[in-house]
Amino acid sequence: MGEEKGRGWTFGLVGLLTPVTLWLGLFFLVPLLFILAYSFGTSGVYGGITLGFNPGNYLKVFDPLYLEIIVRTFIIALINTFLCLALGYPLAYFIALKGGSWKNTLILLVMIPFWTSLLLRAYAWVVILSGNGIANRVLQFLHITDHPLTLIFTPQAVLMGMVYSYLPFMILPLYAALEKFDVRLKEAAQDLGASRWHTFWRITFPLSMPGVIAGSILVFIPSAGEFVIPNLLGGSRTVMTGNLIQQQFLQARDWAFGSALSMMLAGLLVGAIIFYVRKVGAEKLEGV
Amino acid sequence: MEESRGGFVYKGLGKVPDRALLLFAALMYLFLYAPILVLVFFSFNSSRSTQVWTGFSTEWYGELLRDQTILEAFRTSMIVGVTATAIATVIGTLTALALTRYRFRGKTFADSTIYAATVMPEIVVGVSLLVFFVAASLQLGITTIIIAHVAFTISFVTIVVRARLSGMDRSVEEAAQDLGATPVQTFLRVTLPLILPGVMAGALLAFTLSFDDFVITFFVAGVGSSTLPLKIYSMIRFGVSPTINALSTVVLVATMILIFGGSRFLVRKDNA
Amino acid sequence: MAREKSISRGDFLKVVGAAGMAGSTLSILACQPNTNPQQSGGGGGSGPEEKALNFYNWTGYVAKSTIPNFEKQTGIKVTQDYYTSNEELLAKLQAGGTGYDVIVPSDYMVGVMIKSEILEPLDMSKIPNFKNIGEDFKGLPYDPDNEYSVPYQWGTTGILYNKKEIGKLGESWDPMWDPEFKGKIGMLNDVRETTGAALYRLGYSVNTTDPDQLDEAEAALKEQKPLLRGYFDSYSGNRPLVLNGDLLLGHNFSGDAYDALSRDPDLDYVIPKPGATRWTDNMAIPKGAEHPDNAHKFINYILNAKVGAALDSYLYFNTPNEAALPMLPDALTKLPYYTLTPEVENRLQIIQDLGEVTRDYERRFTEVKSA
Repeated sequence: MGEEKGRGWTFGLVGLLTPVTLWLGLFFLVPLLFILAYSFGTSGVYGGITLGFNPGNYLKVFDPLYLEIIVRTFIIALINTFLCLALGYPLAYFIALKGGSWKNTLILLVMIPFWTSLLLRAYAWVVILSGNGIANRVLQFLHITDHPLTLIFTPQAVLMGMVYSYLPFMILPLYAALEKFDVRLKEAAQDLGASRWHTFWRITFPLSMPGVIAGSILVFIPSAGEFVIPNLLGGSRTVMTGNLIQQQFLQARDWAFGSALSMMLAGLLVGAIIFYVRKVGAEKLEGV
Repeated sequence: MEESRGGFVYKGLGKVPDRALLLFAALMYLFLYAPILVLVFFSFNSSRSTQVWTGFSTEWYGELLRDQTILEAFRTSMIVGVTATAIATVIGTLTALALTRYRFRGKTFADSTIYAATVMPEIVVGVSLLVFFVAASLQLGITTIIIAHVAFTISFVTIVVRARLSGMDRSVEEAAQDLGATPVQTFLRVTLPLILPGVMAGALLAFTLSFDDFVITFFVAGVGSSTLPLKIYSMIRFGVSPTINALSTVVLVATMILIFGGSRFLVRKDNA
Repeated sequence: MAREKSISRGDFLKVVGAAGMAGSTLSILACQPNTNPQQSGGGGGSGPEEKALNFYNWTGYVAKSTIPNFEKQTGIKVTQDYYTSNEELLAKLQAGGTGYDVIVPSDYMVGVMIKSEILEPLDMSKIPNFKNIGEDFKGLPYDPDNEYSVPYQWGTTGILYNKKEIGKLGESWDPMWDPEFKGKIGMLNDVRETTGAALYRLGYSVNTTDPDQLDEAEAALKEQKPLLRGYFDSYSGNRPLVLNGDLLLGHNFSGDAYDALSRDPDLDYVIPKPGATRWTDNMAIPKGAEHPDNAHKFINYILNAKVGAALDSYLYFNTPNEAALPMLPDALTKLPYYTLTPEVENRLQIIQDLGEVTRDYERRFTEVKSA
């Protein structure tokens, strides 16, 4: 973990921290404060906002319709995270522990698709999963089904799309954690008679925990704010909190309510982070 | 037990679980690349459709060279990407140093803010920046996009560099200082080369995030400052043609050449 | 740990140096004024206007020849920027996105903008070609004296469907509610249009504020939802989906429907009874435009008969430009409902902005989509 150079504030420390404090302070925290202020304001009929103290926007959030959407969002985000973990872990394991000198290439190959626009790739999925698209043709060819299935514009397609777009955020931290893993520990365990399965669950997996946690946070939290995929791949039939927020700022021109929703979402998520950081200890996260 | 030393582990793959793992990995790569293959495929379509194949043609690549708006958007994305990455990498590295090497009051707050900036949903960040820029009467344009991109990538750089720093052996640094090097000299000549793979990885990550960013950019772009993702979005909604597939293919191929050429040349390490 | 082969200092410095130079050069370039300088103090003409124009328009909403010809004729350089929804346009303008000279808001949005006082009044003496506009398109409800806007394109919203598969449809909204087509129907992801479809079918006004009528419409939409494939855009959603057979019926704007018809003769378009939308996109000048004179010149240019004809021969939309009509190709004018009979015209309604009630519509639509 590196010995700490010093305790308390020194000139060096101040110098190092000034840039980030200025930038994130001014362009991350202050804007959030604006949203906080707006969330207590009153929206103009045609957009715009009057400041004041109006808790009505937060009360609106507790409308059953909106609560349902928020709950659904969290469930989808959880399932997404779990799927990313289930699918991403074996791949990360494969690259880190079985990749040999091809490791770098393999991990870069994971990242390269993400230099192509996500929007274009989402539309490509529409093509692949459509009625007479490749997926259906393959399924019929393999006689798994005898007629085209409805694959696209379903909640399942939305989930698949989310897994697809968040996978690298799970794979990279996992890879980083696994890559540091000392194989000799595994060998020692097996020399002592442990089965492969046993070795994995008692040695490898626990030691990769920081990666698991980092990956889960990096996937869960942003996916709670997702709104593009439900529209492109779900036919706009799956309404998530992100869609709701976007609607408030654009279609409904209700900036105050949109701000309140954003604050709720951000608040819930920040709470989740603090919970993790406290529980797991910041040092473990550093292991990423 | 020669599992992961040396070359590609074909010899270790006699066992069923290993073979299953290999198959799984192959399927995962197929999953990741399926839409890419479709994109490249349709870049050679002979009609305007990006969804129905009508025949082979390379006309869209020619069209790409003639389409000023797409090339302009690409140029904007590159300018934003490189500039934001440069700034974010510098700031992020300095921050990582501070967080790894020092203990101070307010560190937990700093830590949490860094993580919060990483994971805050893009729509919240985008909307808050729009509101902020409006209130501060800052005109929306390339500058605001760059500001926004730096803001949301600094944390990623910090996290990546921290990971590298935290595993580092300090003895070389101490040796340098014992021999009379100033802190700055030590940093430039000893520390930085050692953490360079982490810094580069952070920079790469920052650039990737910036180049393909849609949501945040959507809210903070202004006149004449359309980036590629914004241009693609507007084309998809109203005027898509395989020209955009052609561009994606070109970018993809160029990226692969750059990365694979570059990684041989610049760094030969196993850690990211 | 594997032995690390570090880069030589020389290499490292070269890389950092290059990156630093590139970065700072680019930063300087990036900080330079945009092609359309909007200096704070800039405004209004003391002296002749710069030969430039900033045109903020929907993507793909001009013909290939339109802008280049204008530039040739007048020597004014046009910079185009794009938006994909009226709300995006409004949000950008409200966010102080000045620097635009000509914008193209839809009918109801013109109403909103007039009430928000963000439009510049037009100087009609600079737009003599306004005489080319058909009487039906002058003085529309959202801008009764054409003080702020001039029509650009118009169209209807109806049903694009596969005539070969399901036969010729009568003029009704019922097929969009027909269980026989379950899973093959697409509606628009547009709160006013889709709520409108339900309202039209019930015989109500698309601009109603009556809660009971809205309740009925909401119930109808909830009833419809299980039959739908989804709520899509017209151009990028319903149109290609009907073309490739994933949908049999699509709720579409006429221009997009006509595009589909031109690619596949098996398709057809119908404007249902008892009501349907007639929409109009308009040109307007936002307050604070830097080149108002050029803006007027541009608007006048668009209203020229030949320019209008070229525009629509490419876009396949309807033109409000009467003088341009005779110059349009038959392939276009013979399309279903391209030219409207008085009977059809009478059933068309224009969507108006409803102020506060808009949020009620939004909430109801969210409830339907979320159901």
